[in-house]
Amino acid sequence: MSTPTRPWGPLAAQTRAEVRMTLRRGESVLLTMAIPVGLLVFFSLVDVLPKPTGIRHPVDFLAPGILALAVMSTAMVGLGIATGFERQYGVLKRLRTTPLGRPALLGAKTLSILAVEAFQVAVLVVVALLLGWSPAGAPLQAVPAIALATIGFAGLGLLMAGALRAEVTLAAANGLYLVLLLLGGMVFPLSSLPAGIRAVARALPSGALSDALHAALSAGGTVPLRSWLVLAAWAVAAPAAAAVTFRWE
Amino acid sequence: MAFPAHATSLGDASPHHRHPTLRSQVVAEIDVEELEVRYGPTVAVDRLSLQAHAGAVLVLLGPNGAGKTSTVEAMEGYRVPASGRVRVLGLDPRRDHRALSARIGVMLQRGGIYPTMPAGEALGLFAKYYPAPAEPIALLDRVGLTAAARTPWRRLSGGEQQRLSLALAMVGQPEVVFLDEPTAGVDPEGRLAIRAIVAELRDRGVCVVLTTHELDEAERLADRIVIVDRGRVVAEGSPAALMTGFGGDHIRFGAPPGIDASAMAGAVGAAVGGQAAVTAREDRPGEYVVDVPPTPQAVAALTAWLAERDLPLADLRAGRERLEDVFLRLTRSGARPDADAPAARRGRR
Repeated sequence: MSTPTRPWGPLAAQTRAEVRMTLRRGESVLLTMAIPVGLLVFFSLVDVLPKPTGIRHPVDFLAPGILALAVMSTAMVGLGIATGFERQYGVLKRLRTTPLGRPALLGAKTLSILAVEAFQVAVLVVVALLLGWSPAGAPLQAVPAIALATIGFAGLGLLMAGALRAEVTLAAANGLYLVLLLLGGMVFPLSSLPAGIRAVARALPSGALSDALHAALSAGGTVPLRSWLVLAAWAVAAPAAAAVTFRWE
Repeated sequence: MAFPAHATSLGDASPHHRHPTLRSQVVAEIDVEELEVRYGPTVAVDRLSLQAHAGAVLVLLGPNGAGKTSTVEAMEGYRVPASGRVRVLGLDPRRDHRALSARIGVMLQRGGIYPTMPAGEALGLFAKYYPAPAEPIALLDRVGLTAAARTPWRRLSGGEQQRLSLALAMVGQPEVVFLDEPTAGVDPEGRLAIRAIVAELRDRGVCVVLTTHELDEAERLADRIVIVDRGRVVAEGSPAALMTGFGGDHIRFGAPPGIDASAMAGAVGAAVGGQAAVTAREDRPGEYVVDVPPTPQAVAALTAWLAERDLPLADLRAGRERLEDVFLRLTRSGARPDADAPAARRGRR
């Protein structure tokens, strides 16, 4: 009797609102677009960073890594900070008394992340191609890798947003972003890291995603089983931890 | 006279005479029985019972920390009652949350809106959540925010934010509306606008539950007032009934402290010749209240008694007690019977 006539109406409206709000936030545009594009362009043109053996053009190494960085920015940092402030401002509390419902809210956030990611990937691929990138391998494997990583990163973002004060979430998400960027094999290869740190880095979602994308987008590449396992483990553990600890007020 | 320790009902402000054709039977839209809300060891709401009806404004009035918000949040489904029973439109606010959410409107004490979202967009978005929403553009106009449609929430003034909040609570065409301190931080003009909208909701048959710690607001808006203090109902009734029922008519005046109030009351009582004994008390040093209708005879007897004793008289006021007097007396610490004190202190938040 209280069933909406168009069950997808609320979800669609909320998704549009989430995307609009993301685009409206200057810092999130910086984080999701300017930093990845800037890193990609700068280090492709200024060949100062180490590259794995067999890679001739920096962009061939950078492009998959920067795609991984973009996914992490949107799914973990952007989502975490936005949700943290929504919690602090009482938006989440207020939404609980509307018929929107938790599944539709989470669904809208998921869809808006996917939309922003699709946009990021499109822009980054075009920029990388202009810089001379020649992708190879099995690009279709990149899709499930990005999907799994998105779930894991989103879980980490919500874990922070649901337990910490918004300002602390802001700092923690940005701090974690930097750590995962440096240990993620995104701008320089994991092989440049000391062996002990390298093992840790490969167990992190950022390292696993960039490994997976490097493998999927390089000649003859196929994503190693280890990467799948790490990505899947984070995709289960992080959202589960967030679900248990999340406080709505 | 001691005031009753338990909730006392004074007169019936039943709304049903407003819409005799709408409701033939008396069914409360909101029914709260013996509600208890705890935060750890703290009791915020202490066995509180109340009812609210369609087409009427119920005002929960009480000092800050009295348990008003906790009571409302139990009705909205945010709080789990430690004991007692809450029904809104016959439904359990937590168990039947999904079904209920489309039929209620909520205005939180503050915030609750995306800070960067323009007013018009927020109203349009909320309208999409509900199965049968009001027309957002007309509603925005009704709350006087048409000019602010493109202004983000965080740049609206305090009064504009409250009016947008009110519009968001109304956009789903709810049967029950909860407004937690809707006029807090709102300028006089904004208050008038909010009061007019609340009256309109009531006239449309909506059950409105509103909290405030401002007496003026309660007196103007309420069909029925429930005075809450330390988590308990200390009095309830229509504004008029509350004022006449508690204290009623009296004469208030200033004179030197230490006058024999009972002798004075006796003299006035003898002159008036009523059935009930007249009482008098020294409210504050040098400030006296005689509980008697302020007839010329009573005033004459009083002034004559003072003149005989050569006592000066200052600031003589005759008339009905203001709601403020009732409120302050009922909620002032120590004003209530001692038997009530331990439970009350336990409930302090």
